[in-house]
Amino acid sequence: MRKFTENNASFDSTGNTVQAALADLVGTYDLLGKQLLNEEGKLRSFLKVYVGDEDIKALDGVDTALKEDTVLSIIPAIAGG
Amino acid sequence: MSAFSKEEYKRYSRHLIIPEFGLEGQRRLKESRVLVVGAGGLGSPLLQYLAAAGVGTIGIVDFDVVEDSNLQRQVLFGVNDVGKPKADAARERLLQLNPYIEIKTYRERISSENALEIIRDYDLVADGTDNFPTRYLINDACVLLDKPNVYASIFRFEGQLSVFNHVDEQGVRGPNYRDLFPEPPPPGLVPSCAEGGVIGVLPGILGSLQANEVIKILSGVGEPLSGRLFLFDAATFQTRTLKVRRDPDNPLNGENPTQTALIDYQQFCGIGNAEVEERAVKEIDVEGLKDLQTRGEGYQLIDVREPYEYEIAHLDGELIPLGAVTEAVAKIARDKQVIIHCRSGKRSAKAIRQLEDLYGFDNLYNLKGGILAYAEQINPALPVY
Repeated sequence: MRKFTENNASFDSTGNTVQAALADLVGTYDLLGKQLLNEEGKLRSFLKVYVGDEDIKALDGVDTALKEDTVLSIIPAIAGG
Repeated sequence: MSAFSKEEYKRYSRHLIIPEFGLEGQRRLKESRVLVVGAGGLGSPLLQYLAAAGVGTIGIVDFDVVEDSNLQRQVLFGVNDVGKPKADAARERLLQLNPYIEIKTYRERISSENALEIIRDYDLVADGTDNFPTRYLINDACVLLDKPNVYASIFRFEGQLSVFNHVDEQGVRGPNYRDLFPEPPPPGLVPSCAEGGVIGVLPGILGSLQANEVIKILSGVGEPLSGRLFLFDAATFQTRTLKVRRDPDNPLNGENPTQTALIDYQQFCGIGNAEVEERAVKEIDVEGLKDLQTRGEGYQLIDVREPYEYEIAHLDGELIPLGAVTEAVAKIARDKQVIIHCRSGKRSAKAIRQLEDLYGFDNLYNLKGGILAYAEQINPALPVY
């Protein structure tokens, strides 16, 4: 995934919801957009988005509110062994 | 009830003197049957620790043979094992480590046809495989047969670990792989270790953690990593433990289960379809390139690998990495045959499709099998990687 973010592993956003932060991220690295979102603009299901240690699915999904110091993580499935 | 010999008491003494583990924990290990799928990077430490710890019966599923490129991380094997089936080489080594256990080997690829049959005989499965179809297959088989699945996966510097389908003391069942990742990534998006590489110590770390979870579940000591996903980044030493919850939409055991048998996992992961979707490109084989080289006829050879790969071995092609190919379009000839190559032929085919689609080239040929085929058939002195 980092090949689409100029190898950056983290990104600071002022977005106050998961949706806004992701839009901010994709706006900065436009090639990343296709990897994260499907044709309908929804998050692809091999990716997990966490706010702190909680899956956004157990919170308010992409509408989950973020504070200034919240850490949002995008976790892709990997399969190597 | 299993009795221990005098030698076994001595061997397991460091377990026996841990108060919460003790003779009962050791007895449970001895009576347990664990299936390890994949005797590779993760399987190496996993198998060694399970054997050393005294798990009574260990099954090993692996269809592959030991290769030189395995030895950077698969510390179960030595130079003398190269060319031998992994399952056999592993068994030999593990019985040297602990002759008081049973090792069963399955020198075959686990599939929808044999998975239930093989897994049925075991108490627990440890998944150390290296691809998405097999990950989903093992998950589904474990849910259908009601077996816990201790899962780890690795890529480059990153590792993931969890315990799936575990039923706790209160009888509450934990999530499984489909609760975490309902669908696999589209083929080609997430590279395998063979394509993207892996730091050699990483499977040592994750495989050891996996062994620890197996031993905890079998002995009943500690709290298994069920309902949690552990992430480890070896490059930054960041570790995180995230929550995993059951998904009501899980097709195996959600609110409305729709899947009651194993499926075609290649198809589920989009493999097979992908090749049909990708348009074929014109090809030249390594003999053909050799002819051109001998005749010295006007042609251009372009290498779309990365500079660090070029440094290992090259064919004197012009180096234009795949990511830069469309920007370097002015460097690509239109008036003669252009041969494009990479390591095995995948990236060069992608480069050709991009150049044809975006810039209308019609003189591009993919070197079939890439530099690997050239090394095998034309110049065996070239290092392969």
